[in-house]
Amino acid sequence: MTVEDQKSGLAGEDVARDRFPLGMRVLAVDDDPICLKLLDTLLRKCQYQVTTTNQAVMALKMLRENKDKFDLVISDVNMPDMDGFKLLELLGLEMDLPVIMLSAHSDTQLVMKGVTHGACDYLLKPVRIEELKNIWQHVIRRKKFDSKDQNKSLNEDRALYGTEDGRGFTSTGNADQDDRLSRKRKEQNEDEEEDDEENEHENDDASNQKKPRVVWSVELHRKFVAAVNQLGLEKAVPKKILDLMNVEGLTRENVASHLQKYRLYLKRINSVAAQQASMVAALGGKDSSYLRMGSLDGFGEFRSLAGSGRLSSSALSSYTPGGMFGRLNSPAGLTLRGITSSGLVQPTGQNLSSSINTLGKFQPALLPSNQSASLFQGIPTSLELNQLQQNKCTTRIRDFNPIKDSRGFTVTTSFSDSRVNVGNSPSLLPGLSSNSLVLQGNPHQVHNRGAFGSQSSLGVASLTADAFENCSGGSSNSLVHNQSNESWQGTVQSSRFSLNALPLNEPFNHDQLPSNNLSKSSTSPHIGNSSIDFPSTSAVLAPLEDSRGDVQCHEGMIGNVVHNMNYPSNQNWEEQKQDYNHNLNHTVSALNSLVPANSIVNPLSQSLDQNTAICSKSFDVSLISQLHDGALSIDQNSEVERYALGTKMTPNEDYLFEQTRSLDGFTQNSFGSLDDIMNTLMKREQNQTMLCDGEFASDAYSLGSCM
Amino acid sequence: MERNQMHKHIFLMRQSFFDQGLLDDQFIQLEELQDDANPNFVEEVVTLYYRDSSRTILNIEQSLEKNPLDFNKLDNYMHQFKGSSTSIGAKKVKAECTQFREYCRAGNGEGCMRTFQQLKKEYAILKKKLETYFQQTRQAGPSETACRPRMN
Repeated sequence: MTVEDQKSGLAGEDVARDRFPLGMRVLAVDDDPICLKLLDTLLRKCQYQVTTTNQAVMALKMLRENKDKFDLVISDVNMPDMDGFKLLELLGLEMDLPVIMLSAHSDTQLVMKGVTHGACDYLLKPVRIEELKNIWQHVIRRKKFDSKDQNKSLNEDRALYGTEDGRGFTSTGNADQDDRLSRKRKEQNEDEEEDDEENEHENDDASNQKKPRVVWSVELHRKFVAAVNQLGLEKAVPKKILDLMNVEGLTRENVASHLQKYRLYLKRINSVAAQQASMVAALGGKDSSYLRMGSLDGFGEFRSLAGSGRLSSSALSSYTPGGMFGRLNSPAGLTLRGITSSGLVQPTGQNLSSSINTLGKFQPALLPSNQSASLFQGIPTSLELNQLQQNKCTTRIRDFNPIKDSRGFTVTTSFSDSRVNVGNSPSLLPGLSSNSLVLQGNPHQVHNRGAFGSQSSLGVASLTADAFENCSGGSSNSLVHNQSNESWQGTVQSSRFSLNALPLNEPFNHDQLPSNNLSKSSTSPHIGNSSIDFPSTSAVLAPLEDSRGDVQCHEGMIGNVVHNMNYPSNQNWEEQKQDYNHNLNHTVSALNSLVPANSIVNPLSQSLDQNTAICSKSFDVSLISQLHDGALSIDQNSEVERYALGTKMTPNEDYLFEQTRSLDGFTQNSFGSLDDIMNTLMKREQNQTMLCDGEFASDAYSLGSCM
Repeated sequence: MERNQMHKHIFLMRQSFFDQGLLDDQFIQLEELQDDANPNFVEEVVTLYYRDSSRTILNIEQSLEKNPLDFNKLDNYMHQFKGSSTSIGAKKVKAECTQFREYCRAGNGEGCMRTFQQLKKEYAILKKKLETYFQQTRQAGPSETACRPRMN
């Protein structure tokens, strides 16, 4: 029986299941071959079905291939390729499997760490067979509690999340640039995490028995992110989140641990963005703004994308959303490009930039876009609109898409799919073309957004819009963005986009963004080739103004947004977007205020609307910078800014323009074909002074009263 | 009979391992895992141990030659080595590992080197003895009843 169970593969499985715990499928991971062999033999002795591997990455791969392949995982703590706790975390997030930790150390700290990371047991080496005989209880217990909890589809979400998480996980390694912002954010997060941990510990002490594991479904997570965004990442405490979420059966402890993971995730994403941001920062933009831009990057990039030439006007419009796009873009790597050059973006886009930076090359940007998939999605649309060389861009974006996923750029959080992100981000950069690309890439992502989903291009737009929406100021941008995206996409999808944009905005409309967006988009078409009429931008700007008020010049907000964005789950995207928008808003406001001071913030944003402009700028900048391709976008951004500022902010304009110029220069470097396109666009824009944005600008100005 | 003689001899040898503290209960666990499906399990594991740990020993040796000593790295190596040694029940070797790690944590390079020499000695002694043991067990034939009456 034993042997049969063990040997009869699938057939035996069913049989084994009946005779559970016999035939329970265990995956054993240990880098020490002796221990592994021993474990293998011991487990077989217990009549389990054993699979062994001495590499954690292999274990992850196997588990990801088929979640139902195993019932239980036993993993060593000290492994060369991956920390056992990290693996534990990933497994917990990605798939709802009980994990037992194994170690030669019986250090209390380690055991505690195992518990907090979600291990259901901690065994000491050498393992005794008696202990292994009882490990099946963890499987039963989990199953029992899981059925109680909701989420079945959670696994899928988890998979997505986990994937991103994993990717984000790997990308954390890139965080060699510990930007101030990211560091600051980390500190903030750490502080918060500490609190959470304490709470968790308290809870652990209080509750004697093991709580049923909560499966974080998409809806649940969405609610969670919404609550977090509402509270603000720094201020989000489990108790409040729990209250806001208002879900039955959810304990503060569940929320606390989820929050911790979320923060870690954001941190991870952020570090990526930070790297990107550092790139942008190099430009000398405001960090905060850049960070914000980061999140906005997708948006900002969008601008750049859109703006490449034509976008100038539209860029403005897109810019606002671009901020979002920037984020998106940046993830897509598009934004980074453009943004980095703009430097301005840096400050805000830091978060993004870092992530975007990673993406920067276009591919890195994609990462963020993945997360911000939603954001990007919106962006890609804009790109499409941009026609500039959308084709070109698109292609580029496409490339990004794949990359995006890995980046884990949270911006596109909603779109866990890298594709989505990618699509979005790339599109952002080239401005127009990239947008289209982005959008294309991310049909998946789009779906998250709803409206976005339908159209990749729209997605971008919507994303941006959403992104913007979140930011009170930003949201309007996003809306605008969407709209503008549509216009960009012009002919193609403008209609769609706008639609998307709107829908997106709705969820997030913090402020009256929806209206704004609409107006925005109209402006965007104006910008360049895209038929987008930028003039609407002005309208958009108006909302921005409102939003501006809301925007609390939180430089870090964008960063936070980025954080949020990074959160892999698609569901989160929306929430993140909200967060993002929220952040954007903050950023925007911050930017706005900053704008006058530092055009750096967002040369682009300025133009649009102080708030939005800022947002977009930062986004754009970040996006641009990240997306090398976005170089053009930066130009555009500058263009846009100029336009936006146009009338009113002459001084700013100049400033912006200069900045954008710098960005342009910068961007040019980064992007190849895109750059060319962008540059062309930019130049064109500049020459034209077609400020159709003028009216946009004025509005922007009004919006950005900061300026 | 000679066979019984052999078995008796083997039995005593094995007993001495425990009496001298060379092996501990973990080794018995290994033996218990040996069955018809895994007839040479113990020998396989021990062989694997010596093969794998020789690499680690080499690493440690090289690290000890460096100046200044990287205690962190040494500690890591030793941790791994200790884990393996524990898994087969090499009691004395394990004790030396623990001692070594103590010195590492204290940053006592001199102590580390001394302990390591001792460790290598114990390691070699055990290896020899186990080799002989397995050899004789194989010679004596698959009658494990003498050693492990529980099996079967």
